[in-house]
Amino acid sequence: MLTINNLHVAIDGKEILRGLNLNVNAGEVHAIMGPNGSGKSTLAQVLAGREGYQITAGSAYYMEQDLLAMTTEQRARDGVFLAFQYPVEIPGVSIALFLKTALNTIRKQRGLPELDAIDFLNLMRNKMQQLDMDESFLSRAVNDGFSGGEKKRNEILQMTVLEPKLLILDETDSGLDIDALKLVADSVNSMRNPNRAIILVTHYQRLLDYIVPDLVHVLLQGRIIKSGGAALARELEKHGYGWVEAESTSRQVA
Amino acid sequence: MSTATKQLDELIGREYQHGFYSPLQTDSVPRGLSEDTIRLISAKKNEPEFMLDWRLKAYQHWLTMAEPRWANLHHPPIDYQDIFYYSAPKSEKDGPHSLTDIDPELLRTYEKLGIPLKEQEVLAGVAVDAVFDSVSVATTFKEKLAELGIIFCPFSEAVHKHPDLIQQYLGTVVPYTDNFYASLNSATFSDGSFCYIPPDVRCPMELSTYFRINAKNTGQFERTLIIADENAYVSYLEGCTAPMRDENQLHAAVVELIALEGARIKYATVQNWYPGDKQGRGGIYNFVTKRGDCRGNNSHISWTQVETGSAITWKYPSVILRGDNAIGEFYSVALTNYFQQADTGTKMIHIGRNTKSTVLSKGISAGHGQNSYRGLIKVLPSAENARNYTQCDSLLLGDKCGAHTFPYIEVKNPSAKVEHEASTSRIGEDQLFYCTQRGISTEDAVSMIVSGFCKAVFQELPMEFAVEAQKLLGVSLEGSTG
Repeated sequence: MLTINNLHVAIDGKEILRGLNLNVNAGEVHAIMGPNGSGKSTLAQVLAGREGYQITAGSAYYMEQDLLAMTTEQRARDGVFLAFQYPVEIPGVSIALFLKTALNTIRKQRGLPELDAIDFLNLMRNKMQQLDMDESFLSRAVNDGFSGGEKKRNEILQMTVLEPKLLILDETDSGLDIDALKLVADSVNSMRNPNRAIILVTHYQRLLDYIVPDLVHVLLQGRIIKSGGAALARELEKHGYGWVEAESTSRQVA
Repeated sequence: MSTATKQLDELIGREYQHGFYSPLQTDSVPRGLSEDTIRLISAKKNEPEFMLDWRLKAYQHWLTMAEPRWANLHHPPIDYQDIFYYSAPKSEKDGPHSLTDIDPELLRTYEKLGIPLKEQEVLAGVAVDAVFDSVSVATTFKEKLAELGIIFCPFSEAVHKHPDLIQQYLGTVVPYTDNFYASLNSATFSDGSFCYIPPDVRCPMELSTYFRINAKNTGQFERTLIIADENAYVSYLEGCTAPMRDENQLHAAVVELIALEGARIKYATVQNWYPGDKQGRGGIYNFVTKRGDCRGNNSHISWTQVETGSAITWKYPSVILRGDNAIGEFYSVALTNYFQQADTGTKMIHIGRNTKSTVLSKGISAGHGQNSYRGLIKVLPSAENARNYTQCDSLLLGDKCGAHTFPYIEVKNPSAKVEHEASTSRIGEDQLFYCTQRGISTEDAVSMIVSGFCKAVFQELPMEFAVEAQKLLGVSLEGSTG
């Protein structure tokens, strides 16, 4: 579904990603772990189409399309979804209006009829129940005055409503208490299916106790230096990132 | 420049869509201003003596005045002798008696603007007193209003039919000595609307006027006077568009509102005059004096404005809270794009006891636009327990525009409570990215963010006007409604 080859990305002339390779197949859940400043969030933002990054080399293909040549909204309409680490506030714009606009744009792209207000409301009621969210949430302005947990829950709500094909969660676990974390994990797990791929970007192993990944990658200084199964995350938790770093350096020396 | 910023620039750089010019025959008095011009205007309108005297006094006073210079506005000097002070669409007889008498070209102009009079008459239930250039050409629903004793007619008609009311109220809120532009208006005003609601009458429909500047080089100087007698209620809508012209056109209107005991007046404006081109050439100069007088106890006046047009806007709809328990409100959305400049705000003058005022101002700056909020809250010693709440928010699109806030607060009574809140934010790439990452187009995203920002003001507009306001914001920002 997603193939990244030798991706180099810089911001303001400073290289952040330095030859990143990643292959994600439909049906897989990948976790990308790494310390602060390793380039995790940059990867998430670049895949979603954030402006301001210079792609200096490499390629990324998403469902046989040149992902990096697509506009942000094209990517979204074709099923790329980013759950933001820091969702922005849009005062005066209700979640209902925001999400209905987004959903109908995406449905149009998929050749589905647009939902009218009543069908949309029924869909939302259903999804919000699953997330243990109050219906009054719909009339609140997008992220305006939300607590950290509410913002993350709003991201998950959008995810379940928009039903993306490639789901990227950027530090979605940060700022969540254990109950909220479980709820988020349940939602993500319920989204797992053979046609969908999920990339979890996270600093801690905590989230991976609840969403067990097929593959774990360690990102360090803009490169994936180690990949492995779910067990790798637990080793990281035990030994810290320094351990992988030392291991990779010694391998390079050898 | 990033793609998102570029897209933003393209979106806000769309051409003005109401730029067309109707080739009507006009009947103008010669260019320039003198006592003779004023006598000629007065004679053309066949005015009674008192009206001419008032105009001449205003002119004499105007000669002693200078243009105000305190506003945060920059424009080349205006040559007041190079302006036509009167032009009226020519009609075959003395005046049109029904819609069928009206120049079809004129009706087509209204249709292009999306205000088909005939449809409005039937469907919207809005009585339209349409001011095209300087003479009112159509007045509808008059009979229905007359049954209730409501007078709603062109100002020039009121001068003839209701001279007592005119003499009693004209200039009592905005005297002819008030300021440079108000004096100029008092001397030269061509027409406008007059409205009187008798005691205990609730006007059953929204009253509406569409102003439009059409003839080349014609300053338009309307004069509007609205009186709500004791316990009366009226909601008045004013909407404006003007066709594209290369030379700057001067516009100096005066609106006076008078609310007697227990009366309520709601006055809403949507202004979408030609803002000038992308290089800042042309556009309307809009110097307006709007003031309401809450003359009686428990009276209530609200101003709601959506200002998206004009090269220059100089406008401070104000309320004098004279009666006890009077309420004054000001809700404003002002948008500046291209090289537009707006210096707008309000004055709330608290005189009576327990008077309350609310000010909610939303300024949006795009392109090279400069947007200033200027507001005065004045509490006089007599205004025991006066209350004011002011909120003033600015939204910036792009990095070449500016937002400025000039609040003035003068409190002379220690029991007063005056609050002022201000904020400035930018439609950031963060917000746009968030929306586009959900599949929403940049165009819809900008429209959504701007509408969200203005929501609190739009809620104060009558339903059909809120839709119109959204459309005008759309024209000014994206070209179509989101």
